[in-house]
Amino acid sequence: MNRLARIAAGVWEFVVGDDWLTAVGVAVAIGVTAVIAAAGTPAWWVMPIAVLVLLAASLRRAH
Amino acid sequence: MSGAEFGLALSVFLACAVEAVEALTIVLAVGTTRDWRSALYGVVAGVLALAVVVAALGPALTALPIGALRVVVGGLLLIFGLQWLRKAILRAAGRKALHDEAAAFAAERDQARAAGDARTWGLDGYSFTISLKGVLLEGLEVAFIVLTFGANQHRVGLAAVAAGLAVALVAGVGIMARAPLARVPENLMKFVVGAMLSSFGIFWSAEGAGASWPGGDAALLAIIPGVLIAAVAMVAWLRAEARDTASLRAAG
Repeated sequence: MNRLARIAAGVWEFVVGDDWLTAVGVAVAIGVTAVIAAAGTPAWWVMPIAVLVLLAASLRRAH
Repeated sequence: MSGAEFGLALSVFLACAVEAVEALTIVLAVGTTRDWRSALYGVVAGVLALAVVVAALGPALTALPIGALRVVVGGLLLIFGLQWLRKAILRAAGRKALHDEAAAFAAERDQARAAGDARTWGLDGYSFTISLKGVLLEGLEVAFIVLTFGANQHRVGLAAVAAGLAVALVAGVGIMARAPLARVPENLMKFVVGAMLSSFGIFWSAEGAGASWPGGDAALLAIIPGVLIAAVAMVAWLRAEARDTASLRAAG
């Protein structure tokens, strides 16, 4: 692995850790929030619900 | 100081104190076993490297437009905070071993005794390198929190002061005790920090994506307790599940 790839892997491990599905879920939830907000509908509720679901799913996967 | 600024300072202070306790264990182990002077030079080099990272990236982040900053940094903070919270929940539920400073100190001390005795410019290379690595690796997480939190509120200075106070407190207590701070409730502190980072991440990422919170900034007063209560409920859920599994095994 060259140095750049090692740095990228290190940053990934540092920010995302061992549960990349949670990171993808957060990105999707932000996207859904943006789409709903752009349509002029209240979108504040998306992130709290998404986080609760993602955290519970992550804990379920961890054991 | 506003509520959000107090949340910023408290989160950074707790996160920094936890990481400083872990770094202190490493520095104490090499300092007491091998060479204090080299270990302390390693600490100074590590702290300077972290200060350079914060000083270099802080202004660059705060120069971003606030919408882009909140969605990107809020999202990163949320992903990062959920990592902390997930580990703290698993530890509180007994699904993951608690961090044991006394055991970490003993392991680090044994490795320090077994290492070779090469000296460069009068310094013990092992003590210097291990202290530097310990401070740098433990401190990077704090630098990340200082930068993301501080940039979002344009208060990198306040975040840096909170981090500095935590380091000074832990270092002071460590110097007086001359022993690893095994009685610090590390997991409880990580639990609170994880919940705070996740809460601010939820708030900023949603706002950056274009959502408006009912009550504006005051929504944080509902989000933070909400995340904490949910996290405590998840600990109870995991414990109950473990009890059920144990009962089934005993009955079978």
